[in-house]
Amino acid sequence: MGSNNSPTTKEYMNMDLLRFTTAGSVDDGKSTLIGRLLYDSKAIFEDQLEAIERTSEQMGDSYVNLALLTDGLRAEREQGITIDVAYRYFATPRRKFIISDTPGHIQYTRNMVTGASTANLAIILVDARNGVVEQTRRHAFIASLLQIKHLVLCVNKMDLVDYDEETYSKIRADFDEFSSKLEIRDIHFIPISALEGDNVVEKSENMHWYNGPTLLYTLETVHIGSDSNQVDCRFPVQRVIRPQSEKYHDFRGYAGRIESGIFKSGDEILALPSGFTTKIKSVETMDGKIEEAVPQMSVIITLEDEIDISRGDMLVRPMNQPQVGQDIELMVCWLNEKKLIMGGKYGLKHTTKDLRCIIKDVRYKVNINTLHRIEDDLSIGLNEIGRILIRTTTPLFYDSYKKNKATGSVILIDEFTNETVGAGMII
Amino acid sequence: MSSYQLTHLQQIESEAIFVMREVASQFEKPVLLFSGGKDSICMVRLAQKAFWPAKLPFTLMHIDTGHNFPETIEFRDKLAEKIKAKLIIASVQESIDKGRVAEEKGINASRNILQTTTLLDAIEEHQFDAAFGGARRDEEKARAKERFFSHRDEFGQWDPKNQRPELWNLFNGRKNHGEHFRVFPLSNWTEMDVWQYIAHEQLEIPTIYFSHKREVVMRNSMLLAKSDFIQLNGKENYEKKDIRFRTVGDMTCTGAVESNAGTLEEIIQEVASARITERGGRADDRRSETAMEDRKKEGYF
Repeated sequence: MGSNNSPTTKEYMNMDLLRFTTAGSVDDGKSTLIGRLLYDSKAIFEDQLEAIERTSEQMGDSYVNLALLTDGLRAEREQGITIDVAYRYFATPRRKFIISDTPGHIQYTRNMVTGASTANLAIILVDARNGVVEQTRRHAFIASLLQIKHLVLCVNKMDLVDYDEETYSKIRADFDEFSSKLEIRDIHFIPISALEGDNVVEKSENMHWYNGPTLLYTLETVHIGSDSNQVDCRFPVQRVIRPQSEKYHDFRGYAGRIESGIFKSGDEILALPSGFTTKIKSVETMDGKIEEAVPQMSVIITLEDEIDISRGDMLVRPMNQPQVGQDIELMVCWLNEKKLIMGGKYGLKHTTKDLRCIIKDVRYKVNINTLHRIEDDLSIGLNEIGRILIRTTTPLFYDSYKKNKATGSVILIDEFTNETVGAGMII
Repeated sequence: MSSYQLTHLQQIESEAIFVMREVASQFEKPVLLFSGGKDSICMVRLAQKAFWPAKLPFTLMHIDTGHNFPETIEFRDKLAEKIKAKLIIASVQESIDKGRVAEEKGINASRNILQTTTLLDAIEEHQFDAAFGGARRDEEKARAKERFFSHRDEFGQWDPKNQRPELWNLFNGRKNHGEHFRVFPLSNWTEMDVWQYIAHEQLEIPTIYFSHKREVVMRNSMLLAKSDFIQLNGKENYEKKDIRFRTVGDMTCTGAVESNAGTLEEIIQEVASARITERGGRADDRRSETAMEDRKKEGYF
């Protein structure tokens, strides 16, 4: 990479953003890999490196323990484990990256689901000596369940198998066979040694049989432009803006973020739940009017007619409406030590809507190692995943999670402790 | 980049605006903690964008240690006036006078820790139920584990081992009476993002961020500015140097860097080639490996 790795201001303004999640345990060399990406892209600073060198020495480690970069909490350092999802940042002239680094041992599913919920890409690490193991399948299943579009399987520790092509090919074939059952279409395979640096940032001198790109190059170039849904217009209203000032006396705008689709002035829209239709008068921001508002933009929409709209309502196109209903089937990942209660009532958050729901049925539980359905034990506890039916107090305007992450996701909230206890993906 | 995809700066800007709008809608009485530093200056701009053309639906609050750089205080008052926001000043000196806290003693005495009491008292007094902070996850390792919506119990304490999972963009701000939230819209921003945003938005910042001549003293491998709050020991001397500050904290614990960067563009170049984190120059973080976590648990920013 060299010293000219820092983006110029002009490049900086054009960089896009890739959020990725890394799954695996310390033993897979995950921390070493992240450490190398951060170090080689100059995201680790001298004082940070010195601090972890000191701590490594105090803790009696014979090497600089890069895990200490992410394991920042006292309890994590004392116990030598990662407790929580840690976020890390680095940039190359092409892209900015946000890593959600999830722990391998404790609360595994809960943390990976959390980290994966906002990721464009998942890196799964496999130890070349062990090949595809149960944990690999579990990681891949969760990535698929969360509809992560891109997956990179890094076959790590190639140095410990003499950079053997056959070992790599066998792991690749094993994973290909398993992943055909999943819904991830874009899968990359890279033989690496995080410790030695082979194929992480620099191309390996030890594996001339591998003609593919390095990991960093893959992260920099994977095409995410077409991942967002630009077809189904969905605009959940966050807030009504009425300045009631002299200058903006009659201004009434609906603030929110475009979750999917393209919105522009003149478009005919339908407001849910009222069902009224009108046209978009303008799409506004403090920096000026927007010609075409695209997914992820936070904007204010003004309408031709004054109709009754408030927080939790949704603007859509009349010819492309979401489903509306109160009986919702979802896959739920349980995040709390208190088990899901059949017939129990929970708080529910969906887009900008706050409501309540009741658990009507548990259809089945998933064995996340074999992907088999469990139908004789329907109790869903911490870190377990199952399919449930809920009934909501008022109708939801929703899409399937597969079609639309923003309108297809919910969280369940314990009404007594206020904790977030379930992550739901609408089927 | 196609016009259908946002750049990374547009994405984190939009995310911060989304978070601010969520807070204004989910809470009854939010407040924006404003220090006059670069991060809180970005926060004010984002808040303006989030609620334009309406005014900010919350007040600003500064926890004033009494040891601030005069340039920062002057800037703070000017900005509040310019955007016509209400500014509350909660004073650490008052907390000391009331006997709520006691001043640290010794040559390295700092009011940094005392701020926590003043902050929590002010939150209680004004019945704020959410306080925006400009903290970023890239600043410090304990902050790397922070949520956007960070729960505080009735004692104002943070429980890092028992945080609510935060999925997608569904932010859970439910709480019991007496509890509050700290909200960090800049969670995903880096120091470089902040500087690029300041340049892009042409935001004004206090002069101490730019290179200037100042009398400083080297202590514990940090350059501290001359002020009434610092006592020299026998061997120490002030020296005049070309310096600037990378963060704006108390004069007693914020280290300067030697620099000739006099423009934003030069600062950006300096940040790009910097090999030390911005908080590397903060004595408050250096007290122990987990100094930040320990203070945050008690209710610090």
